[in-house]
Amino acid sequence: MMMFSLAEKQQPKELREVYQETLMEIMKNNINVVVCDADLVNASGTKKLFETYPDRCINMGISEANMIGASCGMSLTGKIPFVHTFAPFATRRAFDQLYLSGCYQQSNIRIFGSDPGFWALHNGGTHTSVEDLALTRVVPKLTVLAPADAVQFKWILYNTVDKYGMYYFRCPRKSVPDIYSDSSVFEIGKGNVIQEGSDIAIFTIGEMISEGMKAGEILKSHGISATVVDMFTVKPLDEELVKTISRGKKVIVTAENHSKIGGLGSAIAEVLAENPIGAPLIRVAIQDHFGEVGTPDYLKNKFGLDSDTIVKGVLKALNIAV
Amino acid sequence: MSDLKKLSTKIRLEVCKMLKHRGFGHLGGSLSIIETLSVLYGDVMKINPQNPNWEERDWFILSKGHAGPALYATLAVKGYFPLEMLNTLNNNDTRIPSHPDRLKTPGVDVTTGSLGQGISLAVGIAKSFQISQKPNRVYTIVGDGECNEGQVWEAFQFAAHHKLSNLIIFIDENHKQLDGPTKDIINSFDMKEKVEAFGFAVKRISGNDELAIKNAVLEMFEVKDKACCIILDTIKGQGIKYYEMLSDNHHIRFSGESEFQLDLAIEKLKEELEREGR
Repeated sequence: MMMFSLAEKQQPKELREVYQETLMEIMKNNINVVVCDADLVNASGTKKLFETYPDRCINMGISEANMIGASCGMSLTGKIPFVHTFAPFATRRAFDQLYLSGCYQQSNIRIFGSDPGFWALHNGGTHTSVEDLALTRVVPKLTVLAPADAVQFKWILYNTVDKYGMYYFRCPRKSVPDIYSDSSVFEIGKGNVIQEGSDIAIFTIGEMISEGMKAGEILKSHGISATVVDMFTVKPLDEELVKTISRGKKVIVTAENHSKIGGLGSAIAEVLAENPIGAPLIRVAIQDHFGEVGTPDYLKNKFGLDSDTIVKGVLKALNIAV
Repeated sequence: MSDLKKLSTKIRLEVCKMLKHRGFGHLGGSLSIIETLSVLYGDVMKINPQNPNWEERDWFILSKGHAGPALYATLAVKGYFPLEMLNTLNNNDTRIPSHPDRLKTPGVDVTTGSLGQGISLAVGIAKSFQISQKPNRVYTIVGDGECNEGQVWEAFQFAAHHKLSNLIIFIDENHKQLDGPTKDIINSFDMKEKVEAFGFAVKRISGNDELAIKNAVLEMFEVKDKACCIILDTIKGQGIKYYEMLSDNHHIRFSGESEFQLDLAIEKLKEELEREGR
């Protein structure tokens, strides 16, 4: 059962460290778990795993298509592969393998696509995926997750081990602000209402939850009370929650580190189009263009992925002069 | 006629009958691998048709998935499912779609069809058995046209690097792909040299000779520290002269002469089996 509380203090951990530490425990307890990487072991922080479990850690080399395919093959004989590469290579590059070798024939692997969206940072446009959610969301039988923080990421790693299926999760390797307390329990397919308010609703994923919460605080000073929701399961989407939360709100906002096309905003737009509530929808997301090199602050600012953009959008929709 | 030759004839007959019933299908590439399937399912592979998911079985991956009819005919002849089911090929709601689907057909280990993907699945399965130190062997057939796909060579590198000697990769070198001769589309040059250069133990044999195929497999069983590849020199449309000579024999829609020849082939194959007392 879902039961979470918010973090009381900030002790953010690098998510790659969480990945490595959690898999270390998981591998210790489950001999079927294997870890695969595509020549990014030093980047994903899994070196210790490779040293501790050399037989069950496989560096596939720079061949993502084969990595996804071979991992699916391993899963058909009872292995539980955790596979990592950067988000664009995990999805864009190996899409047909993910689709057919993975989901179509019902394999059983977990794919960690790291550094989505602006998190590609100085790797720039070639390594930036602003479309991984759009691609993965359209694949039947694929669970698509975007953890908000270290606690949720760890929970996902633990709680997908024994649940047969295909999973894609995306998050940065670096640290993000803590949202949840250590003891929090989640449920795949259910959104988490982080804070409740009566006027507007902000649906977010990943590190954008912090921006959503910040926006909620700023809006309070304008007399606007906001509900903020973590929709960490992008697919299957918690449609009931979207409908319940949206009912009676004056503005609905979505915020994500992804293209405006095909991600969380699109998913929620689809629900609201089929269940009209009469309120405007503001999608805070990367517009229809490519990534580029830059620092997080520069890129977030350039793409308009911050609390300011959310606040301005809400105020404009409510005809409130800034 | 040896038992394996007889099995090949039975499988070839069933392929012809099922495509005759359907009216169209991937005949050429199905016929070129019949002798290999006959050796695998009739002799060297550890299988249990009554329990297709038997844990101790050997695995087979038809990476060139469009040759599905050849695999279905083999499985039916071996008793995985009734022969009558072959007549449902590509029917609406069929359990035997043109390309193999492990969720639909008893005995199909892996879903294939998008070329290049089966070989990666095969190396993954072999790697898994290697990790668990299990004795199961893995067999896969890759098409020579399929080797156009870059993923095939990614998987070959992986197999060689990990010394997957529990895996035998057959390359069905039937010298043709959908649009024509491979040498005119994308020349594979000397496939044996290429695969050898990747670090494989390689043997090139005549792919219509059951004994040669069996001996090559037994020889590969002795290889302990290398991935193994058997290149099958075959003919697209193998075993039926008319289709061997037919230039466009990848996917045939039977009518007129091509249908007449199919009927003829079916009769001839039936007679051969009758002579042998089935």
